Amino acid sequence: MTLPDGMARLAWRNLWRNRRRTLIMLLAVVVGVWAMVFMTAMMRGMVDEMVRNGLEQLPGEVQIHHPDYRNDPSVVNSIPPPAGDLRAALQRPPVAAWAARVRVPAMVSSARGNRGVTLLGVDPASERALGSAPEQLVAGRFLSGPGDRGVVLGQRLVERLETDLGKRVVIMSQDPHNNVADRGVRVVGIYRARLPGDEERYVYAGRAAIQELLGIGEQVSEIAVTGRDYRAVDAWVGRVAAAAGPGLEVLSWRRLDPFLDTMLGLQDGFALVFMVVVFLALSFGLVNTLAMAVFERVREIGLMQALGMRPGLILYQVVLESLFLLALGLVLGNLLALATIRPLESGIDVSSVARGMEMFAMGTTLYPALDGRDMLLSTAVVLGLGLLASLVPAWRAARLDPVRALNTH
Amino acid sequence: MNIAGLLAWRNLWRHRRRTWLTVGAMIFCNALLVFLIAIQLGSYRMMIDNTLSAFTGHLQVQHPDYREEQHMELTVPDAAALAQRVRETPGVSAAAARAEAYALASSDERSFGIQLTGVQPAVEPQVSTYPGLVAQGRYLADGQAAEVVIGRILARNLKLGLGDELTFLGSGRDGSIAAGVARVVGIVDSGIADIDRAVAQVPLGYFQQVFFMGNRGHSVVARVQDLEQTAAVVARLRRELPGGGELAVLDWDTLQPGLREAIRTDMVSAWFMYAVLIVLVALSVLNTQLMSVLERTREFGVMLALGMRPGRLARLVALETGFMSLLGLGLGALLGGLIVLYFSYIGFSYPGMAEAAAKFNLPPRIYPTISLTALLLGPLIVFAGALLAALYPALKLLRMEPVAAMRAV
Repeated sequence: MTLPDGMARLAWRNLWRNRRRTLIMLLAVVVGVWAMVFMTAMMRGMVDEMVRNGLEQLPGEVQIHHPDYRNDPSVVNSIPPPAGDLRAALQRPPVAAWAARVRVPAMVSSARGNRGVTLLGVDPASERALGSAPEQLVAGRFLSGPGDRGVVLGQRLVERLETDLGKRVVIMSQDPHNNVADRGVRVVGIYRARLPGDEERYVYAGRAAIQELLGIGEQVSEIAVTGRDYRAVDAWVGRVAAAAGPGLEVLSWRRLDPFLDTMLGLQDGFALVFMVVVFLALSFGLVNTLAMAVFERVREIGLMQALGMRPGLILYQVVLESLFLLALGLVLGNLLALATIRPLESGIDVSSVARGMEMFAMGTTLYPALDGRDMLLSTAVVLGLGLLASLVPAWRAARLDPVRALNTH
Repeated sequence: MNIAGLLAWRNLWRHRRRTWLTVGAMIFCNALLVFLIAIQLGSYRMMIDNTLSAFTGHLQVQHPDYREEQHMELTVPDAAALAQRVRETPGVSAAAARAEAYALASSDERSFGIQLTGVQPAVEPQVSTYPGLVAQGRYLADGQAAEVVIGRILARNLKLGLGDELTFLGSGRDGSIAAGVARVVGIVDSGIADIDRAVAQVPLGYFQQVFFMGNRGHSVVARVQDLEQTAAVVARLRRELPGGGELAVLDWDTLQPGLREAIRTDMVSAWFMYAVLIVLVALSVLNTQLMSVLERTREFGVMLALGMRPGRLARLVALETGFMSLLGLGLGALLGGLIVLYFSYIGFSYPGMAEAAAKFNLPPRIYPTISLTALLLGPLIVFAGALLAALYPALKLLRMEPVAAMRAV
């Protein structure tokens, strides 16, 4: 057995010479590592949810508009439906789905009241493919096609207007010549959205019907595109922009909602800071434990040195002890984190604070997202900083004077 | 100081490094907690203040059914007199009457659905920060004039400037069509797109004329002198205002339920992290005190054999922990307080705050204030945790058997 091998076994056994102390320290490390991984998973889950919600609200990962549309979202700033190069670019992967929609401000009136809303003229099949069709219909049906002449309202809007399925409402908007364009339509469906504000705001109608109402021919207000992985959008947005030409504005969600982009970018930073803070709290105890372990064995270390062991190997042994403890804690802590996160991945119900969550643009269920990289990060932080922390007592152990050490009481 | 105290204190310093390391863990944790809690409380306060001072106010008096369904006919009688009555109530610093309606706003070129509010120009600036955000022109002055202030984005979308005319169309209290033409005297820039796009204010007298309200209004908005006293003022108003089910007094929590819930959510996640840190420090203390007790087994054995009662020995250990914790509390609170003081001058900001400010009505920099709560809450819990941790080693002492102890190695 070579010397380093022996040192490793010695280090391991030294750990367990004082079981209770080691176990308590181990408990602290396990709790620390568990907290690191668990909290980071919760944070990533929340941000992921926020981004997904944000993308559903936009909708899509990339949007194409008339250059003036975002400042003035009215019918005047409409664009032709995709054709030629653009259409070809939209059919190619990784683009998964796209939808051309009319989106204009409008008023909806019933016999009992009226409301300002955002009118969406859509093709239901594309909306579904895009993922922006309302998820839950509580009455009636969604639109049957772009030519459908009915409207689908949100539950809360229906309540505010005191109307109902099958009743008529009047939608009133503006055509490009600033004339009022209005029409009586029938409510064919009522939907529920995750965010109550959306239910009051969005009114779905058939695209062709709205185009006809507004007199804009085939034009639309925006084209929403999705590629299924919001993180990879930069790879293909340039291509779509080139195909769209200079007359259209093509933006990815990062530009459309900078807050989401920032949140996503900050995650890794926050995770690291949190882990370092937790480890710092641990490190005091770690150094203490190690220092005491060394202190108890001063005579023994003195003996080993007197017998010829080089100080470097003493350092190595003490550091190894600490690393074994930390490694064990890491394994147990990560396993514990896995065991507690897995069952929660189907969602933590936070509907008791639903309205608060809405302020943060999140739904009523929290999904922790375990990322393997976080477990690696926690390992790196704990082992890396742990190594640094244990160097101090190890260094002092290595520098003990053998004679003095042997004579210590 | 009595013998036990003196002994406990000296025992601590027999092992300087160990004591300092344990105290160091507590100082680190306490300083961090003081800082984080101060920031947390500061930002909650700001969030509440900012949100409430925009439009909601601290309390409102409305028709009992108005909050649920904002129907034009759910009015409060003699709104101006009611506002005066509320203003005179002790505890209230300002009160203003308002009336609201959805209307279609048109200029020569465009129409948009907006929220039109009739306000009392003289007092509205006292209950809301909106009037102070006038960027061009001036706020409303005369209570009867046909003037309007609009948001920046609305002005841009309607292509209106100062002096231009805005036509609005809605339904009056009796259900008939209400229409008016007002001159734009001011343009407001609140920084929040949703508000600047959809809010317009006219004088209350003019509103009442156009919408056939007589002297009625929809709500009286009030600010109280001290946020903490809101509940008391609300109770008082409920007693003093005429009953009969015509008037409801609502506090801000009822008006903006999401606010408190958002704060609660944030608090829960913050306290989770604090709990982890406190547990880690407690484990550190546990380990240290345990080791300190175990290494003095012989000494304690002698003391017990000489007649000291086990209870007093346990108290000795408790005192040692108490002193250490007091040191940690004092120094940690001091350090934390200094850090908070520093940031209360230069303001605290982290990456991502600017975007959050734009989206959630948070200030871009937080200026934490030192309050007794912030300074002591965290450290006190750490103190309690440390004392709790010392229970185990103290209990071990109670069961120590003198003879075996004296012979321990």
